[in-house]
Amino acid sequence: MSPADSATPLPETALALSGLSVAYGGTPVVEAATARFPAGSMTAIIGPNGAGKSTLLKAALGLVPALSGEVRAFGQPIARALHRIAYVPQRAAVDWDFPARVIDVVQMGLYRQTGLLGRLTPDLRACAEQSLADLGMADFAQRQIGALSGGQQQRVFLARALAQKGDLIVLDEPFAGVDAATEAAIIAVLHGLRARGRTVIAVHHDLSTVPAYFDRVLLMNRRVIAEGPTPTTFRRDRVAEAYGNQLLTAIPA
Amino acid sequence: MIETLLHALFFQAGYNAALVSLGAALLGLAAGAVGAFTTLRRRALVSDAMAHATLPGIGLAFLAMAALGGDGRALPGLLAGAALSAALGLILLQALSSRTRLPEDAATGAILSAFYGAGIVILTVIQNVGIGRPAGLEGFLLGSTAGMLRADALLIAGGGALLLGLLASLRRPLAMTAFDPIHARMMGIDTRSTDLMLLLMTLACVLLGLRVVGLILIVALLITPALAARLWSDRIGIVAILAGLIGAAAGHVGAALSLALPDLPTGPAIILLAFATFALSALLSPQRGLLSRLRRAPLRPGG
Repeated sequence: MSPADSATPLPETALALSGLSVAYGGTPVVEAATARFPAGSMTAIIGPNGAGKSTLLKAALGLVPALSGEVRAFGQPIARALHRIAYVPQRAAVDWDFPARVIDVVQMGLYRQTGLLGRLTPDLRACAEQSLADLGMADFAQRQIGALSGGQQQRVFLARALAQKGDLIVLDEPFAGVDAATEAAIIAVLHGLRARGRTVIAVHHDLSTVPAYFDRVLLMNRRVIAEGPTPTTFRRDRVAEAYGNQLLTAIPA
Repeated sequence: MIETLLHALFFQAGYNAALVSLGAALLGLAAGAVGAFTTLRRRALVSDAMAHATLPGIGLAFLAMAALGGDGRALPGLLAGAALSAALGLILLQALSSRTRLPEDAATGAILSAFYGAGIVILTVIQNVGIGRPAGLEGFLLGSTAGMLRADALLIAGGGALLLGLLASLRRPLAMTAFDPIHARMMGIDTRSTDLMLLLMTLACVLLGLRVVGLILIVALLITPALAARLWSDRIGIVAILAGLIGAAAGHVGAALSLALPDLPTGPAIILLAFATFALSALLSPQRGLLSRLRRAPLRPGG
């Protein structure tokens, strides 16, 4: 790092995308997305169905190939910062009939510590149990994952991410199809992470909760329409632009 | 008959019977444990295609060895041919499903039947031209334990031990890739290599099983113990161990049964026993069994 970098007053950038483009079979899904996610912020990625929100995140993390563009996390190329990032996929992305208990799934978040053959030390076990407890799931540790409700499955996924102790937590629709109690538990945990300086980025669908949950928004519909602090960015005209000019009464003018 | 069965079960029915029994048990152990991961990663159909794709390689290896003046039936040569031809089948399958719009199951079916057909053609040609001493090649289709050698049993024992060791050391990436491949990649696991290792271990089970159960039935020894074990446990490690034990028991008892009942071929006996274990598990498993579900059902209010 050069001295000039450390002198800048801006908070550290957790994730920076520049000119990121993705296409599936010739069809552009994300076009030249440029965005900056400051460390310690909590950003909602919003836009209509098919706007490329999930794809943007997956491409940023290198999980789907990008056509062009650059992604840096904490000042480094993304591939070298992956160990600082926890990703929570959509709940429907996995087969919940897989033979695993709740605690087994959370312990998968400890793989960077255990490696191939390393023992699960008492400290690591305690970390997994604490992650479950943080989401009110301590009593479910021995439960088979197939026996969980949708909301409980989502909490297990977030507990696995907590166990990773990442500095950046990226969530793909964490509130899709979960009950109100789960939504409250998840948001409390995410706000707690932000309070401790961690960065949160989530694909989000419920426009009415954006101002209460998130301090920043990124509005997109294939390309980035606006990004910035919620009070100045989450305005009716811009959301309408992202959603194709539908009337949106829930948003401040 | 009962006496022969008991003798065979306790390895008292003669040297060759003991070799067959031991080889079948070790094969079942390895195939059951590896198959638990193959099944969870949804590679069952692919492993069946891989097994059928060994046949042209067996035939061509026989021809090559006979042409070079050696014994066309030397097992190491035949296995090498089988492995190469199965690998070619896998590569073609990969190309078919990634470069065309053919769905993966259709591509798998196409490769399976094309390679098997080619293999049968080659075996027929070998029999008609009468080079080498091809008697016994068709034993690889359904297994043929008659005349199994000490070296064959040692090969299965060594290969099986190697596979179990590999499986134990790769259990975490294998399980994580099977459950949530995207998360596994985020955790630094090379999921492509993990999947490739799983396919290679499955291929090794197929090769070890050619002699005992044959290429048509080996897929059952990979899948059925895993399905049965899944009904008794909700933890992947225990499922894999149980599947190995079920496979070993089916192998051992199947070999003993076929010794006691000379009309019963070994390979099919093993497969039928594995399936019987699955059927019993589906009936009796305390969590998922049919009986326990029937017993629970009337307790539901209004049910």
